[in-house]
Amino acid sequence: MKLTLKIWRQASTQAQGKFETYVRDDFDAAMSVPEMLDHLNRFLIKSGEDPIAFESDCREGICGQCGFTINGHIHSSDAGTTTCQTHLRSFKDGETLWLEPFRVGAFPVKKDLMIDRSALDRIIQSGGYISVDTGPAVEANSQLISHETAESAFDSAACIGCGACAAVCPNASASLFTGAKISHLAKLPQGQVEAPKRVLSMVQAMDAEGFGACSLVGACEAVCPQGISLANIAQMNEEFRKAWWG
Amino acid sequence: MKLDSKIPPGELSQKWTAFKAQAALINPANRSKHKIIVVGTGLAGSSSAASLAELGFQVEVFTFHDSARRAHSVAAQGGVNAAKDYKNDGDSVWRMFHDTLKGGDFRAREANVYRLAECSAALIDQAVAQGVPFAREYGGYLSNRSFGGVQVSRTFYARGQTGQQLLQGAYQALMRQVHLGKIKLHTRHEMLDLMVSDGRASGVVCRNLDTGHIQSYEADAVLLASGGYGKIYYLSTLAMNCNATAIWRAHKRGAGFAAPSWTQFHPTSLPQLGSHQSKLTLMSESLRNDGRIWVPKQKGDARPPNAIPEEERDYYLERRYPSFGNLAPRDIASRAALERIEKGFGVGPLKNAVYLDFKTALAKEGQETIAQRYGNLFRMYEKITGFNAYQEPMLIAPAAHFSMGGLWVDYQLMSTVNGLFVLGEANFSDHGANRLGANSLLQACVDGYFIAPHTVMDFLAKAKPLPSGPDRGKQGAELAQAQKSQLEKWLQNQGSTTPEEYHQALGKILYEKCGLRRERQNLLAAREEIKQLQKDFDQNILVAGADGPINFELEKAGRVADYLELGALIVEDALQREESCGAHFREEHQTSEGEAQRNDAEFQYVSVWEYTGKHNPKLHQEALVFEALKPTQRSYK
Ligand SMILES: Cc1cc2nc3c(=O)[nH]c(=O)nc-3n(C[C@H](O)[C@H](O)[C@H](O)COP(=O)(O)OP(=O)(O)OC[C@H]3O[C@@H](n4cnc5c(N)ncnc54)[C@H](O)[C@@H]3O)c2cc1C
Ligand code: FES
Repeated sequence: MKLTLKIWRQASTQAQGKFETYVRDDFDAAMSVPEMLDHLNRFLIKSGEDPIAFESDCREGICGQCGFTINGHIHSSDAGTTTCQTHLRSFKDGETLWLEPFRVGAFPVKKDLMIDRSALDRIIQSGGYISVDTGPAVEANSQLISHETAESAFDSAACIGCGACAAVCPNASASLFTGAKISHLAKLPQGQVEAPKRVLSMVQAMDAEGFGACSLVGACEAVCPQGISLANIAQMNEEFRKAWWG
Repeated sequence: MKLDSKIPPGELSQKWTAFKAQAALINPANRSKHKIIVVGTGLAGSSSAASLAELGFQVEVFTFHDSARRAHSVAAQGGVNAAKDYKNDGDSVWRMFHDTLKGGDFRAREANVYRLAECSAALIDQAVAQGVPFAREYGGYLSNRSFGGVQVSRTFYARGQTGQQLLQGAYQALMRQVHLGKIKLHTRHEMLDLMVSDGRASGVVCRNLDTGHIQSYEADAVLLASGGYGKIYYLSTLAMNCNATAIWRAHKRGAGFAAPSWTQFHPTSLPQLGSHQSKLTLMSESLRNDGRIWVPKQKGDARPPNAIPEEERDYYLERRYPSFGNLAPRDIASRAALERIEKGFGVGPLKNAVYLDFKTALAKEGQETIAQRYGNLFRMYEKITGFNAYQEPMLIAPAAHFSMGGLWVDYQLMSTVNGLFVLGEANFSDHGANRLGANSLLQACVDGYFIAPHTVMDFLAKAKPLPSGPDRGKQGAELAQAQKSQLEKWLQNQGSTTPEEYHQALGKILYEKCGLRRERQNLLAAREEIKQLQKDFDQNILVAGADGPINFELEKAGRVADYLELGALIVEDALQREESCGAHFREEHQTSEGEAQRNDAEFQYVSVWEYTGKHNPKLHQEALVFEALKPTQRSYK
């Protein structure tokens, strides 16, 4: 199939970027988007041009490594789908695709479609865990956790750290990401002990990284490849309120 | 090279307890004087780094990923085994030991396998304490399911994302130590060489993938937890960037490589659908709990699956292995599929697949229950193929998946290089010639959380301090310079073939001639073809861009160069072993029913290869002694 690709090229964080145009008519509808770029890159390399820098690893929607904007859609024009799981059959023959990196101040562009998402790691680092050391822990069944609670904690824990939520947000807020971790741990009895301390430090870390405040637009929920719900932000706010006022 | 397995004396069930009781300790106040380098942040790397930092050691961690959370452990779907016997179905440490040793076709060390089973229950407790949301029954108790090769339900799971959830636990433990300043974490750093001083691992050489800067880092002990190398087959269930560089370069510095050719082919991957494809996606084996595998009885039957009546379907696993049926172990299920496909019964557009059908389960349990169990897998299937598996059977096929082989380690997880430990999928330890499903998340975690903390401390307590000073600094600088020169050489080469193309060519040779089935003439041909490919690579490699700024092509060139060398060793290993065992199936050695025929009289050992220069591997053998369990012919009939 034929596609015209308008791809954001930027040599480094400091460099100016711009869109370049690439046209090929030998793409296959069964290719995934990264496979489309592999294919294009092979020709760029052979003609002595610098291949397009983009990231992907698992290519099955679970590692959170991929992700850029396609025709203005974060990750994908298919709802709840990562870039790597988007296949060319989603596009029309002859279509033009605009590919550009996620635009978030806290995610500087490193090269072309590749961004630096280490801010998300620093948010986790500030308290996104249960403080338990390795060693003989209590018997796993000694604390019963209802099926519903376990499932609900899982729903929050399913986040893959791709940053799509911040990329789509008009405020560039990382509240869905942060709220998901806070909720995952606060829903479980073993995570509740530290809940107040955790929410205060994680919210502070999120602000320090330069992410904006949440105004409940809800676009994040719609693009999240794991379907993480806005309820996680509500829970974060509630945990924050409890922790702040005691 | 000397192979001393260092199995502690005494009763099998007491060996690990005895080791721990006698292991040397280091005073907590002195631990921070010892520096440990960990390469890798998957389950094995993150768990060991966090545990050692908690003990008070100085830990420095390297990963080529941009975040520790993205290591390929994240992709494991199905589950993690533990002998908790929550189901009261007769499970025990002994049974798990038995299943694992038998599943591995009696090609693993008894003491290691027993320890894996022994530590399994504690891992579940540990993970739950960290907040891993395993599936629960309505009463609040943990839920279990069964996996291939066993008749009990000992697999714990978190929907279809068990690896990602376990890794979250380990990653969070790691980040907690980073926050406390006990771990220095270097993301986007790739290990390119191992420093060895006076026969002892003394550090690593790493390249900063963002800046191109290459530098050496010194340590008192080095732990490699760099994962599996199944991606050598190019089309595999592994992530695009999985590679063998860390272990291969360590191999070249003296670490013996055990059983390199033992690669597991997973029976329930999605089939290849076209030539553009960069990977094969796994559909979790847990699907075999409820899915039934079949092909049409009639060759080349072109009807859509739902139009083929029951009596015209061949449920070949249920037919050939009535007691295990669809849950036959992976090697057996994969070969059985290949057998049908090669005989012309394959289905799908390229006739390279078999059906995995949920019709019976859907009728019995309803769509809601099935969706709760496998919803995300069905969704993933639809995203990739465009088909709805609630309405028609999935297309599945075998794919390269897991490397049982890896750097040889003794009971303490130390390689043949003093002070170099190898953990997780990167080592050869517990799985023998075939790994049971849900045992490798376990192994990576047990290695990191429960074993390395004891054995690494024991080593450091007994080892002499490494001499520091200008000599080591000079050695590090020289090694870094050598790496830089190699990269320059590739960049300057005026070639025409990309690393990816070499990788694809290598994968094709290995799939065809050293894959699910192996045969002498084919292996001899593969040996020559790989040699040619290597020669071609040296002359014709085309690496775009420059050193310095981000250059993925340069990264790939190094990884593929290592894969080519490892590929040659894989073929050598497969040729040398004149028997069939587990995943290693030599056509020449099969029973009249077409099952693998072991040759215990001549091959009851682990092959360990020493690097003595290009194309000149030297074989060493670790004899396997079975005291607790007599090797038997595996039967899953
Ligand atoms: C699709 C899939 C599904 C699976 N499902 C299951 C399952 O259900 N149950 C089960 O038990 N097992 C399963 N497995 C197997 C299991 O996931 C792996 O064996 C296990 O997670 C390996 O963990 P690890 O820590 O050894 O390596 P990995 O998680 O692969 O981590 C390797 C780490 O090493 C780093 N690294 C590698 N080389 C270098 C280098 N040169 N320099 C710096 N860093 C480096 C990487 O960045 C990464 O951080 C599955 C595997 C796959 C591929
Ligand atoms: S590459 Fe892993 S989520 Fe897309």
